[in-house]
Parts: sequence; C-alpha cells; structure tokens
Amino acid sequence: MNCRSEVLEVSLEGRQVDEALLSLLHTILLHRSTGKFHYKKEGTYSIGTVGTQDTDCDFIDFTFVRVSSDELDRVIRKAVTEFKDALGNSGSDGMGQISLEFYQKKKSRWPFSDECIPWEVWTIKVNVVNLANEQERQICREKVGEKLGEKVINIVEVINRHEYLPKMPTQSEVDNVFDTSLKDVQPYLYKITYQITDSLGTSVSTTMRRLIKDTLAL
Amino acid sequence: MDSDLSPQDRKDLDKFIKFFALKTVQVIVQARLGEKICTRSSSSPTGSDWFTLAIKDIPEVTHEAKKALAGQLPSIGRSMCVEISLKTSEGDSMELETWCLEMNEKCEKDIKVSYTVYTRLSLLLKSLLAITRVTPAYKLSRKQGHDYVILYRIYFGDVQLSGLGDGFQTVRVGIVGTPIGTLTLSCAYRTNLALMSSRQFERTAPIMGIIIDHFVERPLGNTALMHPCNYRAPGEEEGGAYAGVEDSQEVCTTSFSTSPPSQMVVPGKEGGVPQVLLQPSHGTQADHGRLPSCPAADMPHQAPPSSCNVLSRSTEVKSASPSDAIETTFTRKVGAFVNKPTTQVTTASLDLPFAAFAPRAYDLEENDPMVHPPASPTPSSPLQGSLHSQSSSQSGGQTQEDFVMVDFKPAFSKDDLLPMDLGTFYREFQNPPQLASLSIDVSAQSMAEDLDSLPEKLAIYEKDIDEFDAFVDTLQ
Repeated sequence: MNCRSEVLEVSLEGRQVDEALLSLLHTILLHRSTGKFHYKKEGTYSIGTVGTQDTDCDFIDFTFVRVSSDELDRVIRKAVTEFKDALGNSGSDGMGQISLEFYQKKKSRWPFSDECIPWEVWTIKVNVVNLANEQERQICREKVGEKLGEKVINIVEVINRHEYLPKMPTQSEVDNVFDTSLKDVQPYLYKITYQITDSLGTSVSTTMRRLIKDTLAL
Repeated sequence: MDSDLSPQDRKDLDKFIKFFALKTVQVIVQARLGEKICTRSSSSPTGSDWFTLAIKDIPEVTHEAKKALAGQLPSIGRSMCVEISLKTSEGDSMELETWCLEMNEKCEKDIKVSYTVYTRLSLLLKSLLAITRVTPAYKLSRKQGHDYVILYRIYFGDVQLSGLGDGFQTVRVGIVGTPIGTLTLSCAYRTNLALMSSRQFERTAPIMGIIIDHFVERPLGNTALMHPCNYRAPGEEEGGAYAGVEDSQEVCTTSFSTSPPSQMVVPGKEGGVPQVLLQPSHGTQADHGRLPSCPAADMPHQAPPSSCNVLSRSTEVKSASPSDAIETTFTRKVGAFVNKPTTQVTTASLDLPFAAFAPRAYDLEENDPMVHPPASPTPSSPLQGSLHSQSSSQSGGQTQEDFVMVDFKPAFSKDDLLPMDLGTFYREFQNPPQLASLSIDVSAQSMAEDLDSLPEKLAIYEKDIDEFDAFVDTLQ
C-alpha cells in the first residue's frame, strides 16, 4: 500500500504563520476525526458526535471550521508554535515545512517494537516574507485569505477521492488506528513533524525532527 | 439496476439520502446566517445526530426543505438546489451562489450502504462545512445587517445558473457513489459582483412562477419564496407552526459493525435541537466602523480589508462615469455593498442647512481624512449628494473650475463655541513648523564655531595625555 502524499505551499507574513497553519491542519483533522467509539457486544460499536466550530483569523481574511475539541486544538497549537519558534530562531530565510502524517500501528513480535506505517502525509511548505508597509500588509491579508481558501478546496478534493482509509478496527485494535486519548473526539493516529530549510535551501543539514504526537515511544 | 440491493439496504439508502439532503440545506443556510456557528462534540451518541455530526436543525429551514422535496429524493435529472442571494435595503437583489445536490447514473454496486455510504456522506458534510466558509458569499453574509441581507431559496428540478452572471465559478465539494447512482455536491458562485439596477431586476422572469417578495422584516412570510438567512423567530421554541411537519420519528443509524453485516437497529429519535436565532449584532457598528478604504484613495483609516475588494470593484464601476455621480444623486445605481455615509457628514449637515455652500475661507485639502471617499451609496439629501460629488470628482482626478466650500467639521467636536478646537488642531499638527535644529543656517553656524575651537581643544587634550593613557590601561 502506498502512502498518499500531498503538498501545500503558502507564502505569508510572519504574524500569519500561526493562523494559516492552524486553519489547514484543522481542516484536515476535521475530515480525519470521528466521534468516540463505544464498543458494545462483540462486533458492534456506536460512534459519538463531532461538533464543529467556526474560527476567525485575526491577521488573515479567513474563517475556518475546526472540530470542537479544546484538547485537540491545544495539541495542534503547541505544534504550530514550536514550528514557528524554530522558524524564527533558525536564522534561515523563513522557509520550512510542517508535516501531518496519519499512520497505522502494526504489531510486531518481540523483541521488535511496533511499526508505524503512514498512509497519508500532508506537508505544508511555508515561506515567510517581509512586507514594507501597511498597504502591502492589507493586501497580503486578503491574498493569503484567498490562497487558504484554495488550499481548503484542494484538501477537500483530495479527501473526497475516497482513496485508502484504514479498515474499521475491532475493540482490541482500535489503538492501532485511532488516537483514543482525547475525551471528545477520535482522530486517526497522527504525528506532526517539521523541518526548517536553511539558507542554502537544503533541508538535510539543519533538520530538526520533533515528534509532537507519538503514542509509541521509540 | 436495483436487483442487487436488498430491500433493507434500499430503505436505508433512501433514508440516508433524504437526511443528507436536509442536513445539506441546514449547513448551507446556517453558514449564511452571518454568525459563527459552534456545536459541541459529544462522546456519547444520542441517536439524533445524523452522520455523527452535530448539526442543529432550524425548524423553518427543515420545513422549507421538506416542502421543496415534496416527499421525493434527489435523483437523476431531479436535483436539489439551494440558491443564496443578496437583497439590499433598497430592494435590489442579486444571486450569489447556487448549491446543487445531483445524482447521476454511475452506480457503485458493491459498496456497503450501511457503513461506507454513510461514512462518505458524513465526510461530504464535513467538506461542505469547510467549503461554505470559503466561497465569496460567506464574507458577505458575515457583514449583512442594515445595508443588505442574505436570502435563501430551495428548489427541486433543473439547476438554474443564469442568475449568477458571467464568469461564475464552480467548486465541487465531493461525490459519493451509491448502488443507485452517484451523488455530487457542488457550488456555482458569482464572481461579478456589480449590482443590477432595479429596472433590470424587474425585467427578469419570475423564478418558478412566483414573484419574489420585497424584503420583509417578518421572518415567516408565507408567500415569500426567498427566505432571510438571519431571521428572528419570535418566541418560537418548539416550532409550533411546524408540529405537523415533524412526522414519524426517523431513526438515526449510530451503530456499526466491524464484522459482516448484522442488525442495524438502534433506538433513537430524530429531531435535533430547535434553534431560535437572533439577528447578528455586529451589523450596525460594523457598518459605521467600516469606512471604505480603497487603494486608490489616500485614507489613513484602516478599514477591514475584506470590504476593500468589493468596494474597489464598485469604485472602478463608479469612477468610469463620475459625471453620472454628480448629476444622478437620486438614482439607485449604487455599487454593491457600499456603506452609507458616516456620521461625520451627517454631523456637518445637521449644523446649518446647506452649510457646505456658506461662504467661508477656502479650505479644501485633498487628503483631508474627513472628506468622504469616492465610492458612496445613494445620498439621502441634496447636501450629501453635493458632498459626494465633490469627493468623487477629486478622486476621479478631474479638476473643476468652481469649487464647493466644504466646512471642515470633525466628528464629535463642538462648533462655534471654541474657535481653537479639534479642527484647528488637526490643521495645525498637519503643518508643523520645521525643527530648529534641522535648519541649515543654524547647523552651518555651529559648524564654523566648532572648527574654530578645535585647536584649543587639541591643546588641552595633549596636556592631559597621561591621564588618558592611565584610563585606557585600567580598561585593559
């Protein structure tokens, strides 16, 4: 099974990075989260309800929909803040990428640890620009809003191709497919990683790999 | 075609499509209410939330949707459409977008109705939630209020896109294959936002034989085909008028099976939560706060840029014929979504009748922040009309021989009681005198003095050279 990989690119101002990334990551997670599973007698389960919430951006002319889960929001915000700080501290030209990877766990026999098999990876490439004056910033507000709208349409298009999705697991296997740690929603198992591109454009020499969400400690 | 589908599956599929259509309408209309929508996640399934999504049901919207469906389902050649349009307070109207739920003949025979189709419909609803915030009508709907409102209309049958103007764009939200056909959800939205004149509107043939009513305050117009999105249902909690509409309790599928298909029945009730909505509160303030700020005009105000795109378009429309703006101050040819004159002009006009024409010292500044920007709505008095014509002629770049004296009256300032007031202060601080230290004569003078005193200073420093060396040594 091949891992599906999608790349989205955005150019924006420094102060817009948080909101732009939150909007795209939350849009993806909205589609990749379900309600909590409640397993009943063998072989049947029921699914909880997912609420949604509109969120306005302050620095971008844009509103996005996210899953109503403060816990999930906190996790995503933390990841985005770390990425943004790394971007600011790296001394690079403000280029980097953040990846949201959905994976499945495959149990291996002892002494080998479980495998993480990605089935969908979303990469958002960020290019931070500096603007000279307020007029340019105003134009940037609108332009980035429009760009994010296009990205949302791209995301929806990919998701609605209905390509591979992990099979619905039995009760014993649910933690291999879903992240069951949140109390109100259940996203597919995911991890967020990022890379900062140094000024030479190579991402290998200054790679910083951080695993924000990984239920398997390797 | 349906021979492979069991009766139970067929029944389930019809139910899913019916409720999907109803929820689609709810999502679209709620996204155009002008408010942020927020629903809560619940880890325990209640049986009343279709497609595992918390989407509240507005009773009137459900009623209209069911009326339009008339017991039928979207099928091949019979699409369900939700039309969103804008209506100004003057009665001009414009279609903004049309959402279509269509079915085509392409069938997916092997797909599991009870799980896969249901899950994909849920995914499609989530996509609809996301896309409804992205089309241009969303921003317009967030700003609706006194100037314009957003209306919706549901119809069934052939898709009508002619009202969207030239160059409309289409975005496909998604598709779901079923054993009886493929459901497609898409949106066609207008890109040309120049408002039609009222004459043009009357010439348009009425849609489906019913004439669209003028904008009414009352939300539940029985004969109105178009319905306001931001309605207020006075004291209507349970939807008393709709008691008959909520027919048999429909069961919402919430139980799934990981093993091969087994029983699906789950006790539960349909209904959702009847919602009483209030009119958006940001309308009035936002209007006055939003001075048009087009790139062409030199305005220090920072208006929300989302209004800029539309207004700059209307400015382009207007500046093409500035003479029209001067002469026809009472026509309805206004740019779309243009704000009414702000309180500043109103203040000026209230002080003295025709104060603008009173002979005073000539004081006309092109970059005066208090003068109105070019794109302006229909003026409601001859005074305002003349002020608009003044500013539009300026921004249009035309020089005119005769000027109209504009008495500069800043907002909220007292007039005629204190000669040295806010207005005078503004004028003075915009033309401050030059700093003394920056004037050339003074600096030249001090330079000459410095040069003369140099030899003396050098002599003193040479005398104290030992002290300086000792100081430097302490630093090392």
